[in-house]
Amino acid sequence: MSSVATDMHHDHDHEHHENNNVFGFWVYLMTDCLLFASFFATYAVLFMNTAGGVSGKDIFELDFVAVETAALLLSSITFGFAMIAAHKQNKGGTLLWLAVTWVFGAVFIGMEIYEFHHLIVHGNGPDTSAFLTAFFSLVGLHGLHVTSGLIWMTILIIEVMRRGLPDKTVTRLSCLSLFWHFLDIVWICVFTVVYLMGAL
Amino acid sequence: MSQHDSHAVSHANDHGDVKSYVIGFVLSVILTVIPFWMVMEGDFSKSTTIWSIVTLGLVQIWVHLKYFLHLNFVTEDGRASTFSFLFSALIIFMVVGLSVWIIYESNAMMMY
Repeated sequence: MSSVATDMHHDHDHEHHENNNVFGFWVYLMTDCLLFASFFATYAVLFMNTAGGVSGKDIFELDFVAVETAALLLSSITFGFAMIAAHKQNKGGTLLWLAVTWVFGAVFIGMEIYEFHHLIVHGNGPDTSAFLTAFFSLVGLHGLHVTSGLIWMTILIIEVMRRGLPDKTVTRLSCLSLFWHFLDIVWICVFTVVYLMGAL
Repeated sequence: MSQHDSHAVSHANDHGDVKSYVIGFVLSVILTVIPFWMVMEGDFSKSTTIWSIVTLGLVQIWVHLKYFLHLNFVTEDGRASTFSFLFSALIIFMVVGLSVWIIYESNAMMMY
């Protein structure tokens, strides 16, 4: 009986520690929010300074952005399913949903690289005007975050394949899950403030 | 086994279940389609469109925080995360809102 009590106590401590890790990562994400906020402030201040070049209205293609948004939204729910599978210790399900999430994330990044390349080739690179500098910085910062998320996800997929789902790995997945859903929230701000308002 | 079950139930709030993810997903699809439709097809005045898409964006952020990031005021961890988020939101409001206010005012003053 006492050994059960000790076990439970130990389990509780252990869990508390894991929760602290996830909370610590959340606090990091809040500081990341501030980084994005300063990029948004820069964009809001500079977006009218087009130096006689193109404005948002000329270059934004909303149906393209709608598909990018759909890819990110779908990747959010599939990551949710991966986390549910992970908490049930379902290794196959976790790997499957992580792979699907990875593909949606890669589609998003592929489309963003295509958009940037298209703009630069047509002479609308980040060095053209303050508006385009701010645009490339803000959207590019989000894209870099998603790219790091994809690299992190690749590493965790390999970890789950090799080690299965011990508590430590589930904690790492929880942190990546926060990161991924957080990037989705940043994207809501990007498509509202940059693309939709810019296209008006 | 029963211990494991109760453990799973008590943390359902933190992890979410299929239902909460599906509700969150459906809501966020609706809240994404409406602003895109308003800008691409809708025939509304500029100020109506701007206020609507900003409001819908804020509602969608709330949906993501609740259904995907599981922020809440119920569990201890949920509360800690929620309050740190609210504090960040205050700082973000000041950084973005006040910067934009200052620059627009100085811009307006230099024009005249």
